Amino acid sequence: MISESPQFHRLAERSGEQLVITVDNRDVAVRQGDLIITAVLLHQKAIRRFEFGDGFRAGYCLMAACQDCWVSLGDGRRVRACDTIVEPGMEVRTGIFNANGKTENC
Amino acid sequence: MLAKIVIVGAGPAGIRAAEVLAGAGLQPVVLDEARQPGGQIYRQPPPGAERDAFTLYGSEAGKARNIHAAFGRLGKSVDYRPDTLVWNCSSNALNILHKGRQGIVPYDRLLIATGAFDRVIPFPGWTLPGVFTLGGAQIALKAQGVSIGKRVALIGAGPLLPLVASQYLEAGADVAAVLDVTPFGAKIRALRGMLAVPEYARRGLSLLLKLKKFGVPTAYDVRAIEVTGNWHVDGLKWRDGAGRWHRIACDAVAASFGLKPEMQLADLAGCATYFDEATRQWLPSLQAGGRSSVPDVYLAGDCAAIGGADVAELTGKRAAYSVLRDLGIGFAADELKGIETTLARHTRLRKALDAAYPFPTHLIDAMSDSLTLCRCEGVTVGELRASYVKTSAPDVNRLKAFTRVGMGRCQGRVCGAMAAEILAGQSGASLPDVGRLRGQHPIKPIPMVV
Amino acid sequence: MERLSVDVAIIGGGIVGCAAALALRKAGLTVALLEKGLCGAQASGINAGGVRQQGRHVTELPMTRRAAKLWPRLHETLGEDVEFRQVGHLRLARSEQDVQMLEDYAVTAREHGLYLQLNSGTVTREMFPWVSGKIAGSSLAVEDGHANPRLVTPAYSRAARSHGVHVLEFTPVEHAQWTGSNFEIQAPRLVVKSRHLVNAAGAWAGKFLSFFGESAPLTLRTPNLFVTEPVSYFMTKSIAVCGGAVYFRQVERGNVVLGGGPGWGDLKSERSRNRADTTLGQFARAIELVPELSGLHIIRSWSGLEGDLPDKLPIIGASRTTPNLVHAFGLCGHGFQLGPAIGEILCELIRDGRSQTPIDAFCISRFDAVAHQKMAGAG
Repeated sequence: MISESPQFHRLAERSGEQLVITVDNRDVAVRQGDLIITAVLLHQKAIRRFEFGDGFRAGYCLMAACQDCWVSLGDGRRVRACDTIVEPGMEVRTGIFNANGKTENC
Repeated sequence: MLAKIVIVGAGPAGIRAAEVLAGAGLQPVVLDEARQPGGQIYRQPPPGAERDAFTLYGSEAGKARNIHAAFGRLGKSVDYRPDTLVWNCSSNALNILHKGRQGIVPYDRLLIATGAFDRVIPFPGWTLPGVFTLGGAQIALKAQGVSIGKRVALIGAGPLLPLVASQYLEAGADVAAVLDVTPFGAKIRALRGMLAVPEYARRGLSLLLKLKKFGVPTAYDVRAIEVTGNWHVDGLKWRDGAGRWHRIACDAVAASFGLKPEMQLADLAGCATYFDEATRQWLPSLQAGGRSSVPDVYLAGDCAAIGGADVAELTGKRAAYSVLRDLGIGFAADELKGIETTLARHTRLRKALDAAYPFPTHLIDAMSDSLTLCRCEGVTVGELRASYVKTSAPDVNRLKAFTRVGMGRCQGRVCGAMAAEILAGQSGASLPDVGRLRGQHPIKPIPMVV
Repeated sequence: MERLSVDVAIIGGGIVGCAAALALRKAGLTVALLEKGLCGAQASGINAGGVRQQGRHVTELPMTRRAAKLWPRLHETLGEDVEFRQVGHLRLARSEQDVQMLEDYAVTAREHGLYLQLNSGTVTREMFPWVSGKIAGSSLAVEDGHANPRLVTPAYSRAARSHGVHVLEFTPVEHAQWTGSNFEIQAPRLVVKSRHLVNAAGAWAGKFLSFFGESAPLTLRTPNLFVTEPVSYFMTKSIAVCGGAVYFRQVERGNVVLGGGPGWGDLKSERSRNRADTTLGQFARAIELVPELSGLHIIRSWSGLEGDLPDKLPIIGASRTTPNLVHAFGLCGHGFQLGPAIGEILCELIRDGRSQTPIDAFCISRFDAVAHQKMAGAG
């Protein structure tokens, strides 16, 4: 359900090479210069689970202030999705899909 | 030896300050969290996402180009360090984090130009995926060329509201409604004061005309807001001045209610603050020329007081001239005189804007116990009220200790002022008396790495 | 000018003062507690929250044992949950030397009824896979745990108030004296008359010693604490290490609270701050013990003010200059667990003139020789 419809929509076509990253182990086509939050929310409506209750979060301020969009990367780093630019092969883990896994945000 | 001057922030204030100081041959250090100069207002898209200046900045394209060019011209005459988070200040040194590595930058003089952040007032549904700040909605468009949703409702109490609305409309987004929670009459009454800066008044008027041209539903004096949706936004309910509820279908909402200085660094540097009744928020105490209460620390731009980008350029220069003066370095005073005159006009404009967009206390009064106030920790308004009833916590730091409000990743940046509102409302104490959350490092999260 | 007459006046609303107030009131005495700010705002409120017996100095073992019996019932005593969780406290050894130290300590502890479970490095890893493979051994105290220090002392103060203690916050004591038959304690717009006086003023206790012609080598201690973002609960024990350089625990919500090393503080302005250099230095020490901590983000830091004494033991007991004056301060960064017991001990000292728990090691006179030597040296 959460993956079926995007939250963000591209309004401006632009150059920027097409890249592939994975979001929760699924390939996602993005463009060079996309922030992780853009890359994720162009494909789904949330970026992480809320730690202390039901529900999801999708970031909030997009300027690295509110700290709502922390995600884990395959290399072990934890980053803000709103101020981290995608890199080819990047593995983004939102923790949304593996309810029993070890992803920190579950 | 040259005095070591450090500027934090490379928005319009920091860039203009750097220009003045570099011009005097002082080679200031410019630390900026972003990867590219410009601040949030003149933010540049990352490589690969570039678009032309007019598309990005609209009527402000010229200013954006000027700012970016001005900083580019400085070249090696500034020690520019992008992608650098300043997370602490003590004993005339800053703790910084750059690409995961810790560092220390000592300074003789510190010029803080850390900008502002949306002022947030929670309403039902504000933590659902699909709700963003107005500033966030603008960044999505500016930095990424995306809209925050397919059909977007915009809510606000400040000049950012019509601006973001027009930017979204021009970019081809579907704007479901533009809801101003302050009355239209306040704007009419403030019109005279806004003429203090005719260019600004003209721009404001053209924005309103644009919204009309696009035929987007616009309402003023909105009394209550409620985002609906099970796990993400699927609509918005709002109540008008006559008490009627309206429903809008939308999948995204951008809402914020003016701006709030990012003054965590000033706080850690020991700068005194005061509660500004006019804007209902804490501000750093400013002395002449952008000096703070701490001898070596200067403040410029929106982190000192909300004034907007034009004012930021001016106060950036002014603070830099104060640094020069305090270091005993001579300069031609003509420009400074002109700056003070222009700033005086902007002060009149700002007063008018504050009157045009009065603080929406009705949104505070409407907060029910079930409303989440602290989005990091999931603390509700009811928990705060109940804690006061039980503990008589006299100030917001004590309330934080009991309830965890403001203890999460954002350190109360989003909810701190609202927790104070709830406490004041419950206890009957004044906002200055309930105080503000004390600053603690790190200003933003830092990783435990060896 | 308000006047108040009570059996016992207590200066200081930390955990010691508040626990004593409650115990004394329950024993039928009338009590006034005078706190310059808010109860539990300094050392009692800002500590790491460890409720730990193991690792304490042997002279503290009887007192810590007594406290350990009180903690599991504290929610009943206070009428609310203060997040005490008996998760166990794991002390790690990094070398064979440290393992030997743990073994020796376990023998001493057992004599006082504290049973410690000693584990080899391999067994430690089997039991707690999140502990570093470099660990040589460990000692587990299953009765130990942690609690929320922000809640405990204010809860004590509320319980004391509801039992009838005059809890007077924002009431700084300006002067106190013994008149020959009772104490007269002055605060702004208030005079309290009492038969007994307790000096539980923590870092500020020196000022009150001076009113009665006493002194102690009390210095300022500023613990340095910080906390990570919340991550899924994995670290099921409170952690310390031989050598004591770092200690940490994970709360159920997921945040890891870490401490150790000096913060910054100033007694006069009552300000304190976490020191960034100390905090950064702790990263490696903590990750060495629990590698999974690597990469977690620190979101908040703090410090506070407390009293320290040269031998890292508190002063608890009667004044030598003034009848009916009892001191209890200088807990040197480990008073949180002891607080409930010290409250009862102070009650016994005042009511019975003696405590069932041995406290001779904590007498103020133990510093006389030091003070003497210093004076001789100066002369």
